[in-house]
Amino acid sequence: MNQSMLTHPNLFTVEGMAGVVFLILIFVTLTGGFIACTSRRVVRAIAGLIVCFVGVAGLYFFLNSPFVSMMQLLIYVGAIAVAISFAVMLAAPEEKKKLGPTGPLEGPLAFGSAALLAGGFSVLVLKTKWPAMAKTNDGSIKEIGIRLLTEHSMVFELISIVLLIAILGALVLARRED
Amino acid sequence: MAILGLYNNLSTYLIIAAFLFAMGIYGIIARRTFIAMLIAAEMILAGAALNFMAFNRFTSPDPVTGQIFTLFIMAIAAAEAAIGLSIVIAIYRQYDSIDAEDVVQLKG
Repeated sequence: MNQSMLTHPNLFTVEGMAGVVFLILIFVTLTGGFIACTSRRVVRAIAGLIVCFVGVAGLYFFLNSPFVSMMQLLIYVGAIAVAISFAVMLAAPEEKKKLGPTGPLEGPLAFGSAALLAGGFSVLVLKTKWPAMAKTNDGSIKEIGIRLLTEHSMVFELISIVLLIAILGALVLARRED
Repeated sequence: MAILGLYNNLSTYLIIAAFLFAMGIYGIIARRTFIAMLIAAEMILAGAALNFMAFNRFTSPDPVTGQIFTLFIMAIAAAEAAIGLSIVIAIYRQYDSIDAEDVVQLKG
């Protein structure tokens, strides 16, 4: 399944419809990302982030991973976006309209470095030949579950400790010092 | 209609991931409030995770490893968001602002 196998489906087939949905998902992802990183209002940026992550979840679905797609919706859209919204409510970050001397970082330099990164990576992607290898399993949810609890069980436990410490650290940091 | 076959192509996903990453970098450099920077950081992580998933689907012989790695990236992103947001709230209590340019007490 490498690049040379670019298929040419007709519009009125299942593959063609999937292609249309995929194009919509690309549009949703990139539009959401654009809003998230350029909007001056933080609430609007959060809305853009949610849209972007819903698009990314759809892309994961296209990559044969419904489980990761659902996790993306649950964790990013469900948890992280809500947490950021709560922080906005608590900290009330009305971005002041002090559009004083915007540094060079804010305009052309930031845009230039981002464009350089995007263009460079795109050229790199298109110029490289990615070899495909034969699959050893089907990557199903069952397989993920078995591997999480056997081969990757140590990392699984470690990540739960990391999350526990992160919760405790968040509580300690946000506590009011009286 | 070659454009409808894009979803079966590794480069498409990698380029989308590159754009997500670049937009995240732009956000971190150009935004002023800490929360907006955090949002941009989440987008960088999403770009990296999308890269892992694309390689997992198209080139890796074992299509489980990339999915598990992406799950771990999500967990780390959740931890990072929790810590970052509580730091933002602590800064807001201290300075009454979450503008990165107001927090300059340590500036020489």
